[in-house]
Formats: sequence, structure tokens, C-alpha cells
Amino acid sequence: MLGEGILKGMAETARNFFGSYFSADRMTTVEYPEQRIAAYEAARVFPFLVYDSKNPEDAADWEAGMRCVACQICEKECPPKCIYIEKSTDKKPDALGKPQFYPTRFDIDISVCMSCQICVEVCPFEAIKMDTEFELSTDDRFGGLLLDRKQLAKSNEYYHQIHLTEANGVDARLAAEKAKAEAKAKAAAGAAAAKATSVAAATAGEGA
Amino acid sequence: MSQSQTHSATVTDKLDGQKLDGWNRPAVIEPDGDGELLEVAMGPHHPSTHGVFRMDVALDGERVIRLKPVFGYLHRNHEKIAEGVSYLASMPYTDRLDYMCPITNNWAYALAVEKLTGQEVPERAEYLRVILGELTRFQNHASSIGFLIQEMGASGTPLMYAFREREKILDLFEELTGARMMVNYMRFGGCRVDASPAWLDKTRRVVEGLPSFVDEFDRLLSSNEILMARTQGVGMLLAELAVNAGVTGPMLRASGVNYDIRKVDGYGIYNRFNFRVPLGDHGDVYDRYMIRLLEMRESLTILQQALKDIPVGQVMDPKAKIRGFRPKPGEAYGRIEAPKGELGFYLISDGGPNPYRYRVRPPSLINLTILEDMCLGQNVADVVLIFGSVDIVLGEVDR
Amino acid sequence: MIRNLDQIFVLLQHWLVSFLAAAWQGAAGVLINAAAIVCVFPALFAVAVWLERKGLGRMQNRLGPNRVGPYGLLQPIADGIKSLTKEDIVPLSADTVVHFLAPVLLVVTAFMGFAVLPMGRNMVLVDLDAGLLFYFAMGASTELAVFMAGWSSRNKYSLLGAMRAVAQMISYEVVLLLSSVVVVMMAGSLSLTKIVEAQNHYTWGFPHWYIFTPWGLAAFVMYAIAATAETNRSPFDLPEGESELVAGYHTEYSGFKFALFFLGEYVAMFSISGLGTTLFLGGWSAPFSFLTWVPSWIWFFSKLMLSIFVFIWMRGTLPRLRQDQLMNFAWKFVLPMCLLNLMVAAVWRFMGDGWLRWFVCSAILILAYAGMGWSELRKKHIGPRSYRYAE
Repeated sequence: MLGEGILKGMAETARNFFGSYFSADRMTTVEYPEQRIAAYEAARVFPFLVYDSKNPEDAADWEAGMRCVACQICEKECPPKCIYIEKSTDKKPDALGKPQFYPTRFDIDISVCMSCQICVEVCPFEAIKMDTEFELSTDDRFGGLLLDRKQLAKSNEYYHQIHLTEANGVDARLAAEKAKAEAKAKAAAGAAAAKATSVAAATAGEGA
Repeated sequence: MSQSQTHSATVTDKLDGQKLDGWNRPAVIEPDGDGELLEVAMGPHHPSTHGVFRMDVALDGERVIRLKPVFGYLHRNHEKIAEGVSYLASMPYTDRLDYMCPITNNWAYALAVEKLTGQEVPERAEYLRVILGELTRFQNHASSIGFLIQEMGASGTPLMYAFREREKILDLFEELTGARMMVNYMRFGGCRVDASPAWLDKTRRVVEGLPSFVDEFDRLLSSNEILMARTQGVGMLLAELAVNAGVTGPMLRASGVNYDIRKVDGYGIYNRFNFRVPLGDHGDVYDRYMIRLLEMRESLTILQQALKDIPVGQVMDPKAKIRGFRPKPGEAYGRIEAPKGELGFYLISDGGPNPYRYRVRPPSLINLTILEDMCLGQNVADVVLIFGSVDIVLGEVDR
Repeated sequence: MIRNLDQIFVLLQHWLVSFLAAAWQGAAGVLINAAAIVCVFPALFAVAVWLERKGLGRMQNRLGPNRVGPYGLLQPIADGIKSLTKEDIVPLSADTVVHFLAPVLLVVTAFMGFAVLPMGRNMVLVDLDAGLLFYFAMGASTELAVFMAGWSSRNKYSLLGAMRAVAQMISYEVVLLLSSVVVVMMAGSLSLTKIVEAQNHYTWGFPHWYIFTPWGLAAFVMYAIAATAETNRSPFDLPEGESELVAGYHTEYSGFKFALFFLGEYVAMFSISGLGTTLFLGGWSAPFSFLTWVPSWIWFFSKLMLSIFVFIWMRGTLPRLRQDQLMNFAWKFVLPMCLLNLMVAAVWRFMGDGWLRWFVCSAILILAYAGMGWSELRKKHIGPRSYRYAE
């Protein structure tokens, strides 16, 4: 009969109206900023640089512990080219003891960054990861959205806080690499020591 | 020879006795009255043009005599940028083409590159692609219907219901890929990250709740007399004209042509799933709306099957190259049944790290070319409805 | 005590007037009453605006405004301040006098309708013998204001919008009148107070409201449709639709004049709901005989707010009708039903008391409605469809 569809529609709306007082499914509003939804672990917003600090209390430890070796791969692969890196001229030892370059300048323009996460994917040193902080609005439109090295550097503990499983995986990988490097170094040292003792024994044997 | 036969003018009773020319398009309508046409520009600032889009309409009273769509306000040089960056770097840009359905954009591009290089995709990755693709189709059709009703003036109530469900799906995307919309999820040869069993369980629970939403939508809208009066018989598109114009997607199926790329090409593993393709008989706005609703139901069928059968395994070949990816010289065209139509990527590689030519076949743009023919002779109040039923996204039209 | 509560406003007015000399008391009394109306209904307007935004929000699974004041109750005040502080732009080529007078006329004529509505026992501003006629005269004058707005803006789109709005309002004015004529026929008077008194009787606790009769229910439904169209509310709000091509008669108005149009629309909504309540829902009479202790003005305003809620409910659910569909609906469907309803009311009266007249009248109306509805939809090939699937 004419009007039936209209009445059905109105019944549906009334159901939603009354339901919004009783069921959470029909009132999904989260009143930001008083209420917030916890971010998912995989959430990504803008990149940050990870540093391993030997002394987590000391905030100035970041420069020494930064994992970034200024290989500039992320700069090349970034689709909108928002990363700008300047390499150092000297080297400093990294976590494995090898001397590496480090970035004297590492700028990310987050007004250009499109959060695609390709920089994270291509970094061979687990140095750059995605942050989850998004309340970054500023009233300085010239430099406020250009994050420099100091603003980007955040500790490994912070990385564990925001992406726990991922950080644990990274730590495991780095520890495995370190163990492999140490085993190789020990084997090389052992071989060198064995060679040295055998040479010494031979010369001693010759001498005697 | 056969061309001259199709050129003869035929009059059908489907368009209310309106004369058609040889291409089955409505013949130019002569204005009656004192002949002065009212020329109006709808947009680019307009509440219901789905983005920045302009229509130059010439009216005789209430009837549309001429309609010229003007777009390009959102042109972002996507294809040219792609020539300057690597293949991988174009992937996040494809997210931003049809920004309501980033997953299917990614998939079409990944398909095109996989055709170019001949890469194989692991089975679990194919299942994940299907699951995410059908979720995307569901939320796109729900939003599209919501926007159509919003333009009809129902103060956005169905739109809010559609977005309520869309939020659940976007939450699933965020949990898996890290971003709600710009997912950047597909890679050449698989998917970027694997889905945990917890995520699959969550998806199963969400999918269990969706059929009741489709029923609610149906009850709210499909037998509403005002909706039927506004949309039935409005904006009719004949099957032959649709095929000639290259229209694809739900618009084509609403005109009665059985062409769904998931069935025709059987890309991915679609030939393993049992689903039906709904067809319309009249090709008007109501048919397009109902076809989208029925396709939502079919997507749920596919989702239930895929979630049941997904195998364990890896989602990406660990030896597949991400950096320094140089396909051999050649060309490939990869197409999928995106929620809006046939989304295709045409790539020409010259052996370098960047594509030589990168071309997107945007379904929204090609479906839009037929807008004038659908609107001729119609009431001006219906132009907005017909435009809404084409379901375009300006990001795809302008790239 | 109950009677005092019921007559509290009347007693208040008498008390205020008693401070003046006898010669001034008559005029002062009317002025006080008029001032009360002018204060109460804009306050109700603020409440209705708040109710609309919260109600629509809840229907759409969201909260309405909730930041300005507790539960957003101060939102209408914020909106009012906003509209007062906006620049008043008048187009250069506009007819300034008419442009200025249009919203004024709209608001004035909308308020005039309240003069004859009985808002409680003994609470009518002016008890006219032809109260209903006066009301419709004022209601028709609001259409003039709409046309003045469109004409003076010297903007072809506003003019088109105004002409559409006026065409719609005139068509539905006929329906409005005809559905009210039935009530006049049965009550035997054009005076609104007498119409309410005719409904203020109870049988077995149930009231004699006209809505509880077959012809009354049909007339009420048609009155409701016409009232929605008269006040340009959804689903008949094409003239002011935002997503339509033609922008509407109030395009060239900004700031406070726009707020006056908005106020005029809502006040017209209140007044037409008030009339509907008076004609069909028994005005200020209580729904059950054991509830007559509740003050009469509470019943009137509750019924008024209920009608407003139904308006909001319809707005949240229904899409718009196109202009030609809306006019077709008025002239080809509702008007014949109205005329049929007049005949049915006559049949009702002349059949005398008893269950037979209920059965006969209801049967005639239902059959006519179903038949006409079915044939209208059939003619335009409108109806639910079934879809086939590809092989």
C-alpha cells in the first residue's frame, strides 16, 4: 500500500534513535580529545630515528647511539622526496664496533611526507621507524613542520612502547647479527691466535 | 557494411518515445518556448559534486538541453610523477587515485607489474587480496549509496549508517596495514605484511555483523516510495550505448550487460569462489542503486568463503626484490573489477628502474563521459541524482 | 489549587493589569498577552532548534552539539550571536525596501496566527467567531513574504526558487483548507475555542478528539502532509534544498535577516502544529478523563512538541520529492482524497450513532486510498523490482 515503505523507513530511524541511548553499536562517537581510542600497534604516522641509549635517563645520549649510518637509501626511495640527509666526513663506531658514517643533518618535511612507510621497509640498519604521534600541528608554517635530527631521534625504549612486537623482532634480529659478528670475530681471533701460537711454536722450535 | 546497419535510427519505447540517433543516443533536443536557454554552472564549489567538479548546464525551463562536464581541478600529475620515481614508489601514489578504495588501486597496479615481470603470487597472499578487496568493495558501495541518498535530501541518515559500518572495516585495515585509508599494502609478488590469526578472527566477527546492516539498509530504503519515485525511470542508460561508450562496473551491469571482470578474467583466485553477478533491466538510477546493494551481499558471500578457506603460508617471496627493481623491457596491462568499474594500469618498461609510460584507465572518468547522454531531457533536479549514481571519485577522474 | 495551576497565566495577567487604571486595563491586558506570545515562542524556537539538531544526530547514530553548554543547550544562543554579528550584505541592484520588508513580513504574519489559538482553558488572545478564517488569512500572507524575498533579490535563481516555493505553498494551502473544512462541518463553528470545546468530552475515559474518527484521521493525515509542505520541511523542502541547483529564495540574505527567515519558518511550524492540535487533537484537552487534573496549557504544549518531534523524525528519514512530483501529489492525489473525505464526513453525520457508520466510513476511505495509491504508482511504473543474476 502507498506509504508502507515510508513507514518502514521511519520505524528504522526510530529504532536507531532509541537504540543510540542504549547500545554502543548505535552511538559510536568518541568524544575527542577527552576520550581517545588506543592506537593499533601497526599504526603509522611519520618516521622517527631510533637510537640505542646505554643510559636511558640521559637524554643527550641520542647522538652517540643513533643507528642511522647515512646510507641515504631512504632518501632515494622516498616517493615525495621529503628526506634530506647530509653525511658526515668522519666515522664513529656503531653497535657492532664497525666505524660508520653518521648523518650530520637528517631533515624530514612532514608536510610532504605521505606516511607510506617505504623508508622503513628499505632501511638495512633498522634505523628509521614509524611513529604514532599525530598531534603535531604548529603555528610556525615555515619551520614548524620540518623535523630535524634532534626532533626525530627517539630511544629504543620509546620504540618498544609504541610497537612492542615489532621492536622485539628488531631487537632479536640485531642481537642475532651481533652474535654472528662476534662469533665470526672470535673465530677469526681464534684462528689468528692459533696461527700466531703455531708460528711462535715453530720459531721457538727452530730457535731451540 | 555492418556499420551502416547499426547507424539506422531506431526508436525504442524504453526512453518514453524519445527519438534516438544511430548511436542510440538521444537526439539533440530542441528547446520549446521562446528559445532562450538558462546557462548555469554547477560547481566546482557545490555541496553535492563529490569533489571539485563542474557541470555547465543549459536549461530550457526545467529540462536539460546541454551538459558539459568540466574536470581537472584535482589533477596531480600522477602519471608523470610515476615516470620519475621507481615502481615501488608509485604504489603509495596509487592509494590516492580512488581514495575511497585504496586496496583495489594497489591490487590493479601490483597485477600490472606482476604481468610485466611474470612473478607468481603465493596462495595466502591471493586470499588476503580477495578478502581486503571485497571488504573495500563493500564499504565503497555502502558509502556510494549513502551519498546518493544524501543528495536526495534525506539529511544524511543512510550515509551515517554506512559510515558506521565503514569505520569497522577501516579499523580492520588499520590493524593490518597501519593506515586506515592510504594502505600501501600490495607489493609486486604478494602483500606487505601477513595477517595474524587474531586479525582473521576479528575480520570474521565483523563480517558476521554485516548482513544485518545490509538488511537494515534495505528496509530503510528499497521500498521507500519517495526514493522509488525519484529514481525509477530517471537517467536511463541503454545497454548498447553503455557498451559503445566503454562504461564498466555496476553501471554497466545495471543496464543489463553481463560483464564482471572477476568472472571474465578470473584474475587472482576468483574462479574458486561461488558468487553471482546481479543484472538490472532498466538501467536507471534505481537499478544502479539496487545493483550496488546486491553486490554488497555477494561480497559478503565471497568474504565468508575466503575467510573459511585461507591457507597458511607466506605472503611474499622473501627473495623478491624491493629496491633496484628493474623489469625487462616490455608492456603489460593489468585490470581488475574495482568497485567503480574496470581499473586498469598500462605499463611500458624500458629496462630502467622507472617506468617509461605509466597509464591509469580510470573507471570514473570513462563512466562520466556518458553523463550528458543520460541527463538530456531530464529534469534539472535529477542531474544531481544521475551524477551521484555514476559513483565517481575526483581523484580518479583527474589523477 | 488545580484550577489555579490551570489558570495560572490568566491569573498572572489579571494581577499585572490590576496595577493600572480601569480605562487602560483592556488594552494593557491584550498587550501583555501579546508580549507573552512574542516571548514564549522564540524561546520555544530555540528549544526546537536544539531538539532538531540533537534528534537528527541521535537518529544518525551521533551526538548532536554537546560542546556549548551542558548537552549543547546554549547552542541556539551561540547561533543567534553568530547571525547577529555577521555582515548584512544587500545586493547592489536589489530593491532595498522590499528586501528589508520581506523577512519582517514573514515573521509578523507567522506570529499573527497565534492570536486565535487557544493555548489553554480561557487562554486565547482574541476569541474571534471566525478564528480559523483569520488564521488561514495570515498563513497565506506568509507566502507573499516568500515571493517578496525572491523578487527583491534581483537574482534569477532566487526568483526561480521563490516561484517554486510559492507554487508549492499555494497548492498545499488548498489541501490545508479542505482538510480543516471537515472539522468545521462537524463542529459547526469556525471559532477555534468552540472546536476545542466540542472535543472536550469523554466516553468511557476516551476523548472525543476528531482524530479518533475515520474522517478525522484521514483529514489529520492530509493536514499533516499539507502542513509539512506549507512550512517547506522535508520531504517538501526542495525550495530550500542545499544540494539543488537553484539556491532558494533566501540566498541573498545574510546575518540577522537570514536568522529571521529561519525564525519565521519555525514559528510557522509551531503555529501550524498548534492549529492541527486544536482541530484534530483536542487542543488543550487531556487524553484521558482521569488526567484532567494536569493543567490544560501543559497538554497543548506537549502536543505541540510532539508534532515538532514528528517533523524532525520525517526530516531525518525521508528524501526530498521533486517539484513536479510534489505538485502532482497535491493536485492529483491528496485533493481528491480531501473531497472524498468531505463526503465521508457527511455520511458519518447522517448515518447516526452506532458501529455501522464506523465500518462504512473506514471502508470507503481505506478502499479509496489503496485504490488511488495503487493506480498512481502503476501509472508511473513505480514499484519494487526483482533482479536476475547472470548465468
